[in-house]
Amino acid sequence: MEKKSIEQLQEIASQVRRDCLRMVHAVQSGHPGASLGCTEFFVALYFDQMHHDPAFNMDAKGEDVFFLSNGHISPVFYSVLSRSGYFPTEEMNTFRKINSRLQGHPATHEHLPGIRIASGSLGQGLSVAIGAAQAKKLNQDDHTVYVLMGDGEQEEGQIWEAAMYAAHWKVDNLIATIDLNKQQIDGPTKEIMDLIDLQAKYESFGWEVIHTKNGNDMSSVIAGLEEAKAKSRKGKPVMNLLHTEMGYGVDFMVGTHKWHGIAPSDEQLAEALGQLPETLGDY
Amino acid sequence: MTNSLDLKYNYTEKKDTRSGFGDGFLELGRTNPKVVGLCADLIGSLKMGAFQKEFPERFFQTGIAEANMMGIAAGLTIGGMIPFTGTFANFSTGRVYDQIRQSIAYSGKNVKICASHAGLTLGEDGATHQILEDLGMMKMLPHMTVINPCDYNQTKAATIAIADHEGPVYLRFGRPSWPIFTDPAQKFEIGKAWKMIEGTDVTIFATGHLVWEAVIAEAALRAEGISAEVINIHTIKPLDTDSILESVFKTGCAVSAEEHQYNGGLGDSIAQTLARHNPAPMEYVGVDDSFGESGTPTQLLEKYGLNAASIITAAKKVVDRK
Repeated sequence: MEKKSIEQLQEIASQVRRDCLRMVHAVQSGHPGASLGCTEFFVALYFDQMHHDPAFNMDAKGEDVFFLSNGHISPVFYSVLSRSGYFPTEEMNTFRKINSRLQGHPATHEHLPGIRIASGSLGQGLSVAIGAAQAKKLNQDDHTVYVLMGDGEQEEGQIWEAAMYAAHWKVDNLIATIDLNKQQIDGPTKEIMDLIDLQAKYESFGWEVIHTKNGNDMSSVIAGLEEAKAKSRKGKPVMNLLHTEMGYGVDFMVGTHKWHGIAPSDEQLAEALGQLPETLGDY
Repeated sequence: MTNSLDLKYNYTEKKDTRSGFGDGFLELGRTNPKVVGLCADLIGSLKMGAFQKEFPERFFQTGIAEANMMGIAAGLTIGGMIPFTGTFANFSTGRVYDQIRQSIAYSGKNVKICASHAGLTLGEDGATHQILEDLGMMKMLPHMTVINPCDYNQTKAATIAIADHEGPVYLRFGRPSWPIFTDPAQKFEIGKAWKMIEGTDVTIFATGHLVWEAVIAEAALRAEGISAEVINIHTIKPLDTDSILESVFKTGCAVSAEEHQYNGGLGDSIAQTLARHNPAPMEYVGVDDSFGESGTPTQLLEKYGLNAASIITAAKKVVDRK
């Protein structure tokens, strides 16, 4: 893959945000907030960091692999998969509609290329990613497994079972990321269930922890992923705490849980798209 | 009771079905390098120790964390592994239903969920551990194959067979020492009911430990002039509906026998088949909407009506209803 400049990656991110908003608007359902907040991360992974093949093979032998645990941010996942060649961009028109491969939450059931596990019921993706990372070790496949989780999702108990396991089994070909947008459906995480100090929690569980302080700045996101990669394969799983703003890129959506799971109106869509240049052509 | 009876099957040895799993699993380790094991702190109980010792690089102790174990297993399939998870039936199903539903069944992952200590015959540990709802939970999941073999030999054969079956499987077995009455060289065919004894008056559909009770019941009924057909339903899903219907067309009535609740078990699957294609009188031998309790396996099977005597009573009753 030809290396893209930061400017080119930012252009892709603008288009991905347009895709997310248009998908959610078209069906008047879905989760725009954290999709917008994680756009730089997804674009950096799929267009810069990961060695991956859009021809798609479920077993992912000889390539890096990504799992989305917080499946409700499917719009950004679908957009990035489509924009990197996994399926036609027109198919985004079918998001959340009957007979679609683009289910409300990602699924393998309809055989959408790029999806390797169903997610939506929270807390399960880290375990799956660890298993896939161990399969890579058994296959002597020296590629990396990535997984993204939400910060509210850290309230699920299974994650801490998985955190213990990954350190115990020295699953060091794994880079986990938490989208630290500090929001969940019912409000700020601090009010709903205070996560206190995720760095201290994961370090005490035996992980290497890094911060990506500006998760909505493409250079910072790439630097964070490169730091994480440099710290991988040293006996510990790596956690990347990605500080983002929910709804980033649209001024009236940014920084609030209110856009977690509601769709913009016609007027709001027009206003939002006015802030996001069309760079690759709308689907 | 069995001494005076002319049994169609006999045994010289008793063994636990979980040992059939353990021995089959070890054999798989030697023949299939893709087979990997996971266990949530019950390696001894599941008889997975020999595999772990011989193939430590393909065996993952997960600690007491069954939800995580199911997810790890799902992930291991991505890369071509064939994971076998091991814990008690209770912790293999109810505790982790959502993980199995989303990460394994809906995701179509090739995970073999191997569950020991199922049913009342777990014995003294009591109702917290005696799951009687697992077959129902597992058979309701789309894509899930559900298998409940009857003795050591059949459990070993089933364990080996499921490695070659692409897709999620729930394999249920148990703790007590139990007669070994099936052929050690049997070929296990998933989804194919096994007609063990021919008969004309009533069909007894049995699964798991209760197949042996059905063998005893058949001899006792025969001594009283009732000809019972005994069919071993080791695969509850997919159900061999052709064999079930063919038998009941002939006998005209049915008894189901299982170490499970009436609700959701083998009996419900048989009843559904009959209701749709050939309504016929039917009686259930199972647990009638109740939790278990502490006791020996024999005491519990008697108290909860899951032994040969209960099958005989049910068979006579259903024959009278024809």
